[in-house]
Amino acid sequence: MSVSVQEADFDVGAEIAALTAGNVDAGAVASFVGLVRGGTIEAMTLEHYPAMTGKALDDIVAEARQRWELLGVRVIHRVGRLLPGDRIVLVAVASTHRQAAFEACEFIMDYLKTRAPFWKREETAAGGRWVDARDSDDEALRRWAE
Amino acid sequence: MTVRILYFASLREALGTSGETLDLPPGVATTGALRDHIAARGEPWLQLARAKNLRCAVNQAMVGFDAAVKAGDEVAFFPPVTGG
Repeated sequence: MSVSVQEADFDVGAEIAALTAGNVDAGAVASFVGLVRGGTIEAMTLEHYPAMTGKALDDIVAEARQRWELLGVRVIHRVGRLLPGDRIVLVAVASTHRQAAFEACEFIMDYLKTRAPFWKREETAAGGRWVDARDSDDEALRRWAE
Repeated sequence: MTVRILYFASLREALGTSGETLDLPPGVATTGALRDHIAARGEPWLQLARAKNLRCAVNQAMVGFDAAVKAGDEVAFFPPVTGG
């Protein structure tokens, strides 16, 4: 199971260990963990399109596997109400050498940010607001175009 | 024959509904035409025409506003995604 969408938290160490368990060819694991930033934010609720999210993430992972020789990929994205410091997303990639792992990890995050149907709503003392998409996310995606 | 339409996030809130089932009107054959047909109801549906960077999906795959829509499809309209 390489992709999960869930309310529950995840154990980063256990996920990374599972990714390479029994695979002695793996020479590198790169991972990214996204967290809820605090500041003025008291909580964050993640909405998603349940029928589409799993498929969208599967497609992104498949695309990464076409571009790089990967030994394992794990993506977990949480939904529901989260608090500052909570983990939101994990992307972990195993490969024989570090370059593929680093690049594929970034690629998956850049695609996830612009293609996977999740939406963040922040709660602050002043009320709630939907997070706006950033132009920089679209720019990050463009560098992978060839 | 009908299409199932879904709305998400800020658009869902602005419209006050998460979705509807609609008889596909004659002449409406693309996601763009469907968006315009719904927006023509007036407020709050005009939000669909006004929304900056509106996105859509047909049968759970993101597509453009020239994508074909046929009876039985699930069409979703939503703002740009902000996960991760």
